[in-house]
Amino acid sequence: MNPAFSVIFLTTLIGAGQGLFLALVAVECGLIGSALATGTALLVRGDAIALLLLVAGLIASFFHLGHPERAWRAVAMWRTSWLSREVIVLPVFMAVVALHGWGHYAGVNLASALGITGVVLCFALFYITAMNYVCIKFLQEWATPLTIVNYTLLGCASGFTLATALAAAMEPSLAPAIARWALILTLAAAASRIASLVRNAGLRPKSTLQSAIGIPHPRIVQKSQGFMGSSFNTREFFHGKTRQVVQGAKWGFLLLAFVMPVMLLTLADAERNGAIAIATFVIQYVGLLAERWFFFAQARHPQNLYYQATS
Amino acid sequence: MTQLALVIDLNVCVGCHACVTSCKEWNTSGVAGSLSDENPYGKDPSGTFFNRVQTFEVGTFPDTQTVHFPKSCLHCEDPPCVPVCPTGASYKRESDGLVLIDYDKCIGCKYCAWACPYGVRELDENQKVMKKCTMCVDRINDTSLADEQRKPACVLACPTNARLYGDIHDPESIVSKAIRENGGYQLMPEWETKPANHYLPRRSASAIDNELSSKVEQQRPNSLRATDASSKP
Repeated sequence: MNPAFSVIFLTTLIGAGQGLFLALVAVECGLIGSALATGTALLVRGDAIALLLLVAGLIASFFHLGHPERAWRAVAMWRTSWLSREVIVLPVFMAVVALHGWGHYAGVNLASALGITGVVLCFALFYITAMNYVCIKFLQEWATPLTIVNYTLLGCASGFTLATALAAAMEPSLAPAIARWALILTLAAAASRIASLVRNAGLRPKSTLQSAIGIPHPRIVQKSQGFMGSSFNTREFFHGKTRQVVQGAKWGFLLLAFVMPVMLLTLADAERNGAIAIATFVIQYVGLLAERWFFFAQARHPQNLYYQATS
Repeated sequence: MTQLALVIDLNVCVGCHACVTSCKEWNTSGVAGSLSDENPYGKDPSGTFFNRVQTFEVGTFPDTQTVHFPKSCLHCEDPPCVPVCPTGASYKRESDGLVLIDYDKCIGCKYCAWACPYGVRELDENQKVMKKCTMCVDRINDTSLADEQRKPACVLACPTNARLYGDIHDPESIVSKAIRENGGYQLMPEWETKPANHYLPRRSASAIDNELSSKVEQQRPNSLRATDASSKP
């Protein structure tokens, strides 16, 4: 597949926003670290940043559409379409995050109830986002439960890294505990992403040129794809990059999304130094952009079997 | 339940692209607007097409065969492109089984194209909506046309009659018979999309020779026919 940058930004930005919200609710419920020392400012500002990331992701997604002005129509087919479900759940989740932040800002007692609702929506959104890819069964690299685990853990890892940076600046007493969870989630995300790399390396495409044109002969060579220029089929499904670039993206994301954040979180005292903590998040986010690019580039669409030779 | 379909005979397709050009001509002139082209006379020409003819070489020289392979939307009975559409623009019409797109509802998200293993959906880069073969829905339902004209443009254009059109759910239709009698098959059966369109496989050259010579024999005047021993007293 040719990586779609609008979708890469959508999934990485909302993933970080979702992870950040989960970290905030974990702090709010006392699951992580001690009680908040400086009131709810961390939660209010954290919700604002999470909302900003979600809005940015939503804006990015509009660039994917040929007719963004008709985007509202996408809520129609929620019974069958994961994309439709995502289009519904994302704004609802954004509203809950906004209300959650406002509740803490205004001191309204609803905040914890909204926190729980938000957590449910947040995990639903991770699941729905991933299912957009998992449900296309012939994109074998995507059609695995590991895709769901990866989307969830990668989003959580980057969100918790961002929460570490936020806490280092606003609630230093909380930062070490959040940083520990950022480390655990980054390691878990690395494990599941490496598991999917191993799985995909051993995949054998179910479709072959033989099944594509229905001729069971071992030697078939395409002589013409029917046109000599390009088409939607040659643009949308081929990334056109060399093997080296794709491999570079793979090692790049392993280094930037996992190795460096782990080193910075363990060795560089990211939880005590706000600048290092922010750098950790930025490095990990860039790594996740590369990860998502590779996720697309690695997927081999069966339609490519029909477009192997120009003439 | 009707399921309209094309059956394409790979024995007689000569790869002339008449189906491609007639499809483009009919469908670019339709009420839904043009099938846009980019740089049609430039360096990297590109355009929206519903139908392509591809060419494959099967076998090793000198035992090779050239197979011309027309490819368009297969109007699957279980189309994976339809349930993924978030707006309902892509739908399978119950009355005749056609997979169609409502261009006014399409938001151009391309998800249906990702969800089609055959690569038959193409985004119109000018109108920014997804397009694909409609089985010339505006011809076949046009009652002002004579019956023999109410067929897809590609079928009418094919000079070798490689393209048959009909209802594969009617066992007596020309397409059902062709599939039954010639071992018609579907593309990529591994994904269980149940394409309505079928292809008739290449037969061996000797089988075709035998068939042709028996046809020739049948058409000879009686006086020239080889003597049938059993009819003699």
